[in-house]
Amino acid sequence: MSHHIVAASNLNYCYPDGTTALKEVSFSITHGESVGIIGANGAGKSTLLQLLCGALPATSGRVTIGDFPITKETLPTIRRTVGMVFQNPDDQLFMPTVNDDVAFGPLNLGLRDDALELTVSRALKATGSESLRDKAPYNLSGGEKKRVAIATVLAMSPDILIMDEPTSGLDPFARRQLMTLLNDFRHTKIFTSHDLDMIMELCSRIIILHDGMVVADGTPAELFKKRDLLHQCKLEQPLSMQKCGYCQLMKLI
Amino acid sequence: MASIATALLDIKQLDLLAHADSPIHRLDPRAKVLVTTLFCISVISFDRYELSAILPFFVFPAAMIARSNLSLSFISKKIALICPFVLIVAIFNPILDRSVGIQFGSYIITSGWVSFCSILVRSILTVGAALILVGVTGFTNICMALEKFGIPQPFTVQLLFLYRYIFVLSEETSRASKARELRSNGTKGLGISSFASMIGGLLLRTWSRADRIQMAMLARGFKGEFHTLKKSSFGSPELLHIAGWSAAFMIMRLINCSQFVGRILLEAIS
Repeated sequence: MSHHIVAASNLNYCYPDGTTALKEVSFSITHGESVGIIGANGAGKSTLLQLLCGALPATSGRVTIGDFPITKETLPTIRRTVGMVFQNPDDQLFMPTVNDDVAFGPLNLGLRDDALELTVSRALKATGSESLRDKAPYNLSGGEKKRVAIATVLAMSPDILIMDEPTSGLDPFARRQLMTLLNDFRHTKIFTSHDLDMIMELCSRIIILHDGMVVADGTPAELFKKRDLLHQCKLEQPLSMQKCGYCQLMKLI
Repeated sequence: MASIATALLDIKQLDLLAHADSPIHRLDPRAKVLVTTLFCISVISFDRYELSAILPFFVFPAAMIARSNLSLSFISKKIALICPFVLIVAIFNPILDRSVGIQFGSYIITSGWVSFCSILVRSILTVGAALILVGVTGFTNICMALEKFGIPQPFTVQLLFLYRYIFVLSEETSRASKARELRSNGTKGLGISSFASMIGGLLLRTWSRADRIQMAMLARGFKGEFHTLKKSSFGSPELLHIAGWSAAFMIMRLINCSQFVGRILLEAIS
């Protein structure tokens, strides 16, 4: 497999109603990188993620995962490699119980009996969801649903984890738990989020999208300093970088 | 919109009952589905003017409730919910059918009233049996049992999806309806037209949700075949359950037990 795990070249996407969501998007993400894709609402973040996991076909341009460009023939292999966690866990948890849901992917991969049991238990343990095993998805809280949704993807042992707004709708405790969990995932991670503090903490690189185009690509420390750029892209600095009166006072003291 | 939320809670409660532990809960779902089906066939196969022969069938729901520790009041309330619909179906019988049905000396009960009562009793029995079946088995296990009986998988999977997303859709409907109510200022809002657009919106949202679910399924290697984890064992308790109840239904179907017991009592008195 190539060193460049995820590569997009001159990617364009136009919705059937004529809205252009992505224009000439190009980047490459190497193995083990943790990348945050940020931008204002409607910048094209979710569309880009869907193109990266093969859920949408590009209007033009190419996405390459490892050595394979995404085509109809390579899609089954790509789906095995890329794990996508949706923004709304209700879209991802469609089976009657948590156990059935986590086992859904491994069963499709042909795992049975002890191997299946081991995979399911490992994924549930990794997300701290063992106690939820026999519960129905509609009986879970928002944070629990999110953890189980991640477990369903981890059970597929993906090389690349793609997550759309992972911390949206979570309380501070669930958010912190999720961030710890994601920090422990050693493979390539790609997130979209408006939670810039989370991006700052988890990502070594950020790509800023504006009106469907890549306007900046660099480290969080470097790009979050550029206030003009952030303002132009309808973004703000992460709260931890903004000057807080109380923090300034504490510094002075 | 309290009614949607309450109905939702009721379905959840019924499903939670299936997690209890009792000799009936432990039986293989197939045995329970088969016995309930036989029960419903036996009950509905009677003539429409038959009433006394149907009454002994109450022994089945009574025994199931007693052995599975289900709440009688909960099941009764759920059955009471369907009674208005049954009444609508049966209400014209007493008006249209005025021939003599039962005569006690000078008292006459018309055939219309007899068939009205018969429909009501049959509905209570069959709906009760279905609710008890869900309460002791769980909807998911019932679908799995149906699949093992040879019902095509697309059909059972549709039922499973319906059951899974009925909660999500009901919550969405409840929220949309509440939003409409809050902005209606205590009036009817824009009347039926606002409901029409709300339902249209819900349909479109359901459509795009279905798209996302399919995407999630494909992302996890779905190739059109649904694998399940449920391990079931069909042993002697299941065989006993089926054989015992089948024999009981057959006896109750062929012999009018009410009349039989009545005759014995009368003979004993005289």
